[in-house]
Amino acid sequence: MEKMKRSHAAGLILLLAGAALTAVGLAQGQYASVLAKAVRICLECVGIG
Amino acid sequence: MDKKRFGIQAAATLLQNANFKGFFTGRISENAAKGVCVPGLNCYSCPGAVGACPVGALQNFLGSRPVKIPYYVVGLLIFFGALLGRAVCGFLCPMGWIQELIALVPVPKKNTFKGDRPLRKLKYLILAATAALPFFVARTPFFCKYICPSGTAAALFLAAADTTVRGLLGSLFNWKLAVLIAIVLASLFIWRPFCKYLCPLGAFYGFFNRFALYRGSVDESACVHCGKCAAACRMGVDPAANINSAECIRCGDCARCCPVKAITLGFAAGKTKQSDGPAPESGTAVE
Repeated sequence: MEKMKRSHAAGLILLLAGAALTAVGLAQGQYASVLAKAVRICLECVGIG
Repeated sequence: MDKKRFGIQAAATLLQNANFKGFFTGRISENAAKGVCVPGLNCYSCPGAVGACPVGALQNFLGSRPVKIPYYVVGLLIFFGALLGRAVCGFLCPMGWIQELIALVPVPKKNTFKGDRPLRKLKYLILAATAALPFFVARTPFFCKYICPSGTAAALFLAAADTTVRGLLGSLFNWKLAVLIAIVLASLFIWRPFCKYLCPLGAFYGFFNRFALYRGSVDESACVHCGKCAAACRMGVDPAANINSAECIRCGDCARCCPVKAITLGFAAGKTKQSDGPAPESGTAVE
């Protein structure tokens, strides 16, 4: 039970860390970088080169 | 078959590929949602895709010069992992669902074979290569370019709708098509072979299974160690020994077949008297 509580706490900390990193990335404009890549056909992905 | 999970998988696949007109026009979505990474493997060059593939986005950042630290993509991956672990694979990933659909073809299945365990480590090697190789070779998304079957499927959709794309497909596409065909054929006989052996996203989320808020739990006082859960698990996990194994995709087959209902999966699992690991006397390490 104690181990379960510890891993649950670790899960919550990781969740917050993930949210914080996402926020840092958003603040750096990385959403726009992902968008710019995603709205064009990725030639490597589709096997053109 | 768990109809509820099947329905969630179908809905997740449709929602992540809701740009239906793209399948007919051969044009990919340019909506603002494309800047948001989806949790599973879904190529952003698929004409139906409405979000970004996290693996492709990650490699794009790492392959840029100067290298950008991908806070946004890694943050989202950690967030999804900490929340759901490999339940992403079991419920939300289109690639996983497609393999399960192929597995519905009634041919003899062979989920355990010599070499299965060593092959499982391959996905960790691919994860390491996916993260490391873009540092050495700029603008080369190693996984997307040479392995990803989602991108190959995207190419097939694009080529079906656009003759220009069709004319550009060459030897690289032939290689990727061979990988896709191998995965499709393997999926006939082996449960989710891409997830077991090749997927870097599954390898990543597997690290989170022991911490994720969506978790598994075994009531040690109720478990009769009959082995039915291990026999039912198509991912080759022994839930009674390690319910939060990195290989578990949270499909719930173990919980459904348990004769004493000792296994629970979910956000509330293990919050009462149940444990998330084996009894101390069993001596099996879980974490």
